[in-house]
Amino acid sequence: MLVLSFATAFAQQKQPVEMADVLRSSGKIYVVVTTIVIVFVGLAIYLFSIDRRLKKIEKEN
Amino acid sequence: MKFIYQTWWKVLAVVMVIYTLIAGLLLGVPTMPILHETIRNTYFHVPMWMAMFSVFTISVVYSIKYLQTGKEEYDLIAVESANTGLFFFAIGLLTGMLWAKYTWGDFWSNDPKQNSAAIAFLLYCAYSVLRNSIDEEQKRAKISAIYNIFAFPIMIVLIMVLPRMTDSLHPGNGGNPAFGKLDMDNRMRIVLYPAFIAWSFIGIWIASIRYRIRLIEYKKNQIN
Repeated sequence: MLVLSFATAFAQQKQPVEMADVLRSSGKIYVVVTTIVIVFVGLAIYLFSIDRRLKKIEKEN
Repeated sequence: MKFIYQTWWKVLAVVMVIYTLIAGLLLGVPTMPILHETIRNTYFHVPMWMAMFSVFTISVVYSIKYLQTGKEEYDLIAVESANTGLFFFAIGLLTGMLWAKYTWGDFWSNDPKQNSAAIAFLLYCAYSVLRNSIDEEQKRAKISAIYNIFAFPIMIVLIMVLPRMTDSLHPGNGGNPAFGKLDMDNRMRIVLYPAFIAWSFIGIWIASIRYRIRLIEYKKNQIN
């Protein structure tokens, strides 16, 4: 009984870990990546524009 | 101080973050039980803390500089860096909680890492409260600078040292090496380390913008 339980425990360890390989191979992960990149690029442009406006105000002072 | 008005490092930081977003989601990662794809959180959660450490370090350096010279500008840098650090602190805590929900089973499991991070968060909130409760400018700057110098090492000990000395579930704690062979390989390092640098500079950028706004406000108040 004990040996049997050990055997199942080891068998469980050997099972491959499930990763999102299917999601990646189906190609749609790129949609998510692109979305995140668009969001970040938007934020970066926003930060740059704040920076530029600030520069103008600094020059006036 | 000319550095914060330059553009090249801001562009560099943005490009590096974009690289980590793409590479962090598409490159291969080690396969691990429980973690599964959440191992990719390392690329986005840990850099928040690195950005926080960077701006808090700048804050404490300028607090010391303020005490040495008494220059008002240094105090403004210190306070705006600390404010930016608090923002990244909150983001770090929230992303950590979300990850903990799906790996540890609960948003908040009173893990030593979570608890001491929460205490450190309150420590810096207290900095903000202390600062805003003093009206007189020089007194405020001096007292908050001294508080900042004490808060910084305590924050480091709370977040980096104490959780390592007890049993914490958090990777890199309770005897686990932080970015050791067990939970990381070189595929991850080529994304993680650029992410540390990039997000630190994003943090510095935001802090510098806040400082410049604060400086204009300060100069306006002086004239009136």
